[in-house]
Amino acid sequence: MATVVVVTSGKGGVGKTTSTAALGAALAQQDQNVVVVDFDVGLRNLDLVMGAERRVVFDLINVVQGDAKLPQALIRDKRIDTLSLLPASQTRDKDALTAEGVTRVIDELRDRFDWIICDSPAGIERGATLAMRHADTAVVVTNPEVSSVRDSDRIIGMLDAKTARAEKGERIEKHLLLTRYDGARASRGEMLKTEDVLEILSIPLLGIIPESEEVLRASNLGAPVTIGTPNSPAAKAYFDAARRLRGETLVVKVPPQRRSIMSRLFGRRAVA
Amino acid sequence: MALVLAPELPVEDWLDALDAQIERSPSFFDGRPVVLDLAALPIEQPNVAGLLHTLHDRGIRIIGTEGAHPSWQGLEPWAPLHANSTRPARPIDVPDEPRQISPNDLTSLVIDQPVRSGQSVVFEKGDVSIIGSVASGAEVIAGGSIHIYGTLRGRAIAGLTGNHHARIFCRRMEAELLAIDGVYQTADDMNAALRGKPAQAWLAGEAMMLATLD
Repeated sequence: MATVVVVTSGKGGVGKTTSTAALGAALAQQDQNVVVVDFDVGLRNLDLVMGAERRVVFDLINVVQGDAKLPQALIRDKRIDTLSLLPASQTRDKDALTAEGVTRVIDELRDRFDWIICDSPAGIERGATLAMRHADTAVVVTNPEVSSVRDSDRIIGMLDAKTARAEKGERIEKHLLLTRYDGARASRGEMLKTEDVLEILSIPLLGIIPESEEVLRASNLGAPVTIGTPNSPAAKAYFDAARRLRGETLVVKVPPQRRSIMSRLFGRRAVA
Repeated sequence: MALVLAPELPVEDWLDALDAQIERSPSFFDGRPVVLDLAALPIEQPNVAGLLHTLHDRGIRIIGTEGAHPSWQGLEPWAPLHANSTRPARPIDVPDEPRQISPNDLTSLVIDQPVRSGQSVVFEKGDVSIIGSVASGAEVIAGGSIHIYGTLRGRAIAGLTGNHHARIFCRRMEAELLAIDGVYQTADDMNAALRGKPAQAWLAGEAMMLATLD
């Protein structure tokens, strides 16, 4: 039984694409059959993060419009053979996606994979609603910032109203993935606390991903962090998140605060 | 605007058809003014007053008659309408689906999940209770009072239909805007000491009062 996961956020730049790639790779490394689907038509990025940008021939739009067969458009990862990518088109826009076409593609993918992970575009318009349309589970990517939290709240409302499951009167499973978490800033009170984000959004926590060099470097090198640096704290957090998606119960670890040598030397100012 | 009912002969059959219609849509005539057009009845029709009482017993509110013969008795309470003032509009469609007690007939609304940013709960007929929080950028609009068993971060607009006595209650006050019967207050105007506390808001004249609940 395949599970369709949408990775969504409302706001841009919070780490949807990075998280799609890292979670997809983590699941595939746990011997699951995974496809990651880029719904960001016109602004495709997932192919870059997956390191497959030079292998794209056909894309999601070609399949939706019937110009190519699904197997022609799927790109199998060279490092993990249970991981595939269905890229978006860079030359078209979101209007090229049709509801019927997307339904057909998702149905076809359900026959081939255990996990179908859809990378949603930012915003709440057509691209985002079509990406969430057939989801069984949603991963809501949020930064501990007020603007991101409010946009995520808006998206959760849409998940409960505009998905196929919601329209049938069923609930869609929703998980919070807190990304770009900076332990030092959090301890100085410059970011929202994890408890506050959870209280506002009131959905279960899938994981906390620390803001780290490894994640940024991995994206630029075309290797999801769970493949590129599998021992980094960020990769471990994604591996745990993948296991939680599969139904395991694990305690969520708050990433430790990394302190520079200077702040360790001059940590506290004496009381005058 | 008034509805026009035009009884036909035989009156018993016409009444049966009317009863069937009332059965299908029990609230169709609720609160609607009705004009009785008697032109189709023969001049010697003796019991117009009886017909009017029969309709009245069915809850149909007759405000006047048309086409009545001057010789008929019993029409005094329902004077003929002035000829110039009446102009029939097109026949209206009578709803045919049976109407159960729908949410529209209820005077309170309970929502047992959080109200998310961008969502708007509008309920003009009475009180709204939310079991959960109201997010920043969400709004709850009620004809009566609003009760929020969670944090109010968005807007709460109570007493929409002129209810000066409506109140807003919440377990934690973080509201962006509060309004009761058109009197509103934004977060900037609120007493900062109330932020994050269980609170209620009500009107004293044109002033909005805010106080903690404990």
